[in-house]
Amino acid sequence: MQTKREGLVIFSDIGNCAGLKKAANLSSSDILNEIRSSNLKGRGGAGFPTGLKWNFVVEDRSDIKYVVCNADEGEPGTFKDKVLLMEYPQLVFEGMIIAAFTSGAKEGFLYLRGEYKSFVPSLEKILKEMRKKRFLGKDILGKEGFHFDIEIKLGSGAYVCGEETGLIESLEGNRGEPRNKPPFPVNTGYNGCPTVLNNVETFAIIPHIIAKGADWFKGIGTEKSAGTKLISISGDCKRPGVYEVEFGTKIKDILKIAKAQDVKAVSAGASGECVPKAQFSRRLGFEDFSTGGSIIVFGKKRDMFEVTENALRFFEDESCGQCTPCREGIPVLLEGIELIKKGECPKDYLKDLLSLSETMQLTSKCGLGQSSPNLFVSVINNFKKEYTLSKIPKEEKAFNG
Amino acid sequence: MVKQCAVNKKITKQGKEVFVCDTTRSKLLPVLQSIQDKKGYISDKDMQVTADRFGIHPVEVYSVITFYSFLTTKKKGKHIIRISNCMPNIMAGSKRIEREFERSLRINIGETTKDNKITLEETGCVGLCDEAPSALIDDELVGNLTPKKVKEIIRNLKK
Repeated sequence: MQTKREGLVIFSDIGNCAGLKKAANLSSSDILNEIRSSNLKGRGGAGFPTGLKWNFVVEDRSDIKYVVCNADEGEPGTFKDKVLLMEYPQLVFEGMIIAAFTSGAKEGFLYLRGEYKSFVPSLEKILKEMRKKRFLGKDILGKEGFHFDIEIKLGSGAYVCGEETGLIESLEGNRGEPRNKPPFPVNTGYNGCPTVLNNVETFAIIPHIIAKGADWFKGIGTEKSAGTKLISISGDCKRPGVYEVEFGTKIKDILKIAKAQDVKAVSAGASGECVPKAQFSRRLGFEDFSTGGSIIVFGKKRDMFEVTENALRFFEDESCGQCTPCREGIPVLLEGIELIKKGECPKDYLKDLLSLSETMQLTSKCGLGQSSPNLFVSVINNFKKEYTLSKIPKEEKAFNG
Repeated sequence: MVKQCAVNKKITKQGKEVFVCDTTRSKLLPVLQSIQDKKGYISDKDMQVTADRFGIHPVEVYSVITFYSFLTTKKKGKHIIRISNCMPNIMAGSKRIEREFERSLRINIGETTKDNKITLEETGCVGLCDEAPSALIDDELVGNLTPKKVKEIIRNLKK
């Protein structure tokens, strides 16, 4: 268990509402320029440049715009947003207000996953205080005509609603099935209006960038990944928890923070890559070892194929089932894993499975399907030797699913 | 009813404050969530009434309910225990905790006790992997579960 939170960006000191107070003296184009030049990338996992995203919404001529905060973290092994919402909710709301001012939105939503329902009273309390201080409501930040308020919306236990268009469908009162993209939410989002949709962590970084400047932010991290990342470490380690780590940190240094010993591999959640011990000098960042926040540590004795099976079962449960590669592909990969575990998987069939994975990555409609085979592929590539593959060709085994 | 679900819109009619159900489509999920909270499930009748209010077909309401795992069309126990079965939890021994729950309640995963008090379920990650094994008990996140704690939880729920 950890006691004190420390870090270079999110957990660093920031004066009371410093971001908002500074934003009050800036024009919306100043803020946009600051965010753009800070090279901030979305922290949900996809890593889309936030400034560019906001720019699309700013440029749209629609009268009605929205700001939505994605607090539907459901990735196995991720709990960083929980910590932010429990301990730094004001930062998140400040980020949303700054986004609203920049884009011209009047309404904002915090889409909170159903599992975190118990946080609602404390979040409502913060919102109430902010309304009292006139940070929310009418003519806020001392700017006439800038009205904005935030409403908390609850999810109901669907992982796929963490996908941006699935989330919007859910907000609209529909089944949370992801939409086809394009059009993207920046143009056709909630109720068909331009919507700024960012992760909790992204919004929490915004006030820091505004208060301390884009150059300060760019100075942290690597060239391609500016700033820091909140990572939630769990699994076989002595100090699991949420840590703020600078981009560019080596995996082995992250493991040191969590006091993990005799580690065989780490994985970036269920949808991320699995990295074996030999590659522990790889660095955290969008260009190298990318994670949405989850780092699960596997000790020496863990069976990586069991782990993959668990992840695939999770995706099988959570797949919305509207597109074929995801709906049909995941069960086939699961059968493949069972064959491998029995030592009955022929080499050529394994090749077929890898090519199926590639198809799923390329043709699935949303992030869930596209990322579901990631763990499978990296485990096959790195831990194939743990199971002996059958040499009998598939045809002779009369394997038919 | 839960406050954050702004289901009812307050309007003033002839000097009197009355509450009217807001039937914008985006309110459908909050309405269903509040029915679920109140009754523990959404009955056919509730589906029909909701559909009429929103001016949509009942099957559309049904399609929304069946998409979300926290909404159900069948009656469940008063309390729902959802044990997290994500990787970090399994590694920390959540299966043992699961068996402990099953043994103590004398039911299997997915079943409800005879007195309709407790339903036992499995779920994905509940966001408490640093305190695994963990579970979501009604709306509360509970971590660091041990067989002893399981018995205590059951005792408290049965009160």
